[in-house]
Amino acid sequence: MADTPLVVARGVERRYGARRVLRDLSFELGHGDALVVTGPNGSGKTTLLRLLVGLAVPSRGTLEVGVDRARLGFVGHEPLVYRELTALENLDLFGRLYRVPERRERIGMLLERFGLWDARGERVSAFSRGMTQRLALCRALLHEPELLVLDEPHSALDAQGAELLDEELDQLAGRSTLVVATHEPARLDALSTARLALGAA
Amino acid sequence: MSAYLGDVAALARKDLRLELRARDTLPAMLLFVLATLVVFHFALPADVGDDPAYGLLWVALVFTSLLGLARAWVPEREAGALDGLVLAPSDRSAIWLGKTIASLAFLAAAEVVALPAFVLFFAPLDANALAGVVLASVGICAVGSLVSAMAAASRGREVLLPLIFLPLAIPIVVGGVGSSISEEPAKFLAFLGLYDAVFAILSWAAFEYVVTE
Repeated sequence: MADTPLVVARGVERRYGARRVLRDLSFELGHGDALVVTGPNGSGKTTLLRLLVGLAVPSRGTLEVGVDRARLGFVGHEPLVYRELTALENLDLFGRLYRVPERRERIGMLLERFGLWDARGERVSAFSRGMTQRLALCRALLHEPELLVLDEPHSALDAQGAELLDEELDQLAGRSTLVVATHEPARLDALSTARLALGAA
Repeated sequence: MSAYLGDVAALARKDLRLELRARDTLPAMLLFVLATLVVFHFALPADVGDDPAYGLLWVALVFTSLLGLARAWVPEREAGALDGLVLAPSDRSAIWLGKTIASLAFLAAAEVVALPAFVLFFAPLDANALAGVVLASVGICAVGSLVSAMAAASRGREVLLPLIFLPLAIPIVVGGVGSSISEEPAKFLAFLGLYDAVFAILSWAAFEYVVTE
C-alpha cells in the first residue's frame, strides 16, 4: 500500500463482553487506497468500520486514523439521519454542522445525482429503504470526505442506484481513501487496491 | 464562537421542528401537568393552608419535565441520527446545549399552562416563586438532557432515567419550594442559580464522554 499510511491498525482486537469480534487485526492504508472488506455475517466488518470512524474503540491494540472528523464520511447500517425531517432539511442540518461551503448548491447537486431531487421535501419516514440509502450516501458525501467508510453501501439499492454508487466510487477512487465492507466484492474489482477478508468470529 | 452558537441554534431549531411535526412530547406534558394539578386539587384537604400546595407544584413540574426528558433523545435513537451528530466536526457539547434549549422551551410551554392553573386551583405565585420556576427549569433541563442521553444509550432507559434524574432533582425541589414559601427567598434563588451554574458546566463538559465510548 502507499508509503505514508493514512490508517494504521496494529493488533486490533474488539470484544463485546466475552465475545471477541475482531482478533489481532493489523493493516495499513495509504492516501487514495481503496480497501474492500469481506467476510460472513458476524465476522466483524461493521465493528471494524465503526472503529475506523471513531464510533467504537479497540479493546486491545492501536488504530490510528490520520483524518479528523471534518474529513471523514460514513455510511453505516442505519442512515444516520432524522426520520421526521425531509431529505433537504437533513442535508441542510448536516451541511451546516460540517461547514460545507456553498451548501445549498452542493446539496442540490447531490440530490439531483442520486435521484432524490423530486423527493427533497418529503420526510425520510416516507422513503423506501433504497431512497433512504441514497440519502445516507448524500449525507456521507456532502463534505467531500478524504476518508470514506461504507458498510454494505449497495444494500437496498436498486440496479440504477447501485450503478450511481459505482460511478460515484469510481470518481472518488484515487482522490479519497475508501474502505468498503461488502458481500459483493466483484462490484469493486476495478477500484480496490487492497482486500481484507475477515473470518467468522 | 459564532459557529458554535450557530450549531446550537440549528440543533435546537431541529428539535422544535420535529416536535411541531410529531406533537408527541408537548401535548403529553401539558395534559400530564394539568391532570396532576387537578388530582392534587381534589387530594389536598381544604384546610391545610398554601404551603403544602407549593410543594405539590414542584412535584408536578419535576414529573412533567421527566416525561419530556424521557422522549428527548427518541429522534436521535431512530435511524442512528445521534451517530451522525457525533461524527460531525462540530463541538459535541453543542448537541447537549441544543437539546437543553429545546427541552427548556417545551418545559416553559408546559409551565405557561401549569402556573395559571396552579393559581386558579391553589394559591398565588409571587415574583420570587416565578424566579424560582425559571431558575429551576434551567437546572432541570441542563441536568436532564445529560442524564437522558446517558439513559438513551442504555437498554434499561425507562428505568434508568428516573433513577438518576430524581436524586439530582432533589436540590432543585428544595430551592424551588424555598423560593416559594421561605421568608428569605433570595437565599434559595441564589442556591438555584449556583446549582444551575455548577451542573450546566459539568453537563457541558461531560457530554462528550456520554456519547462516545
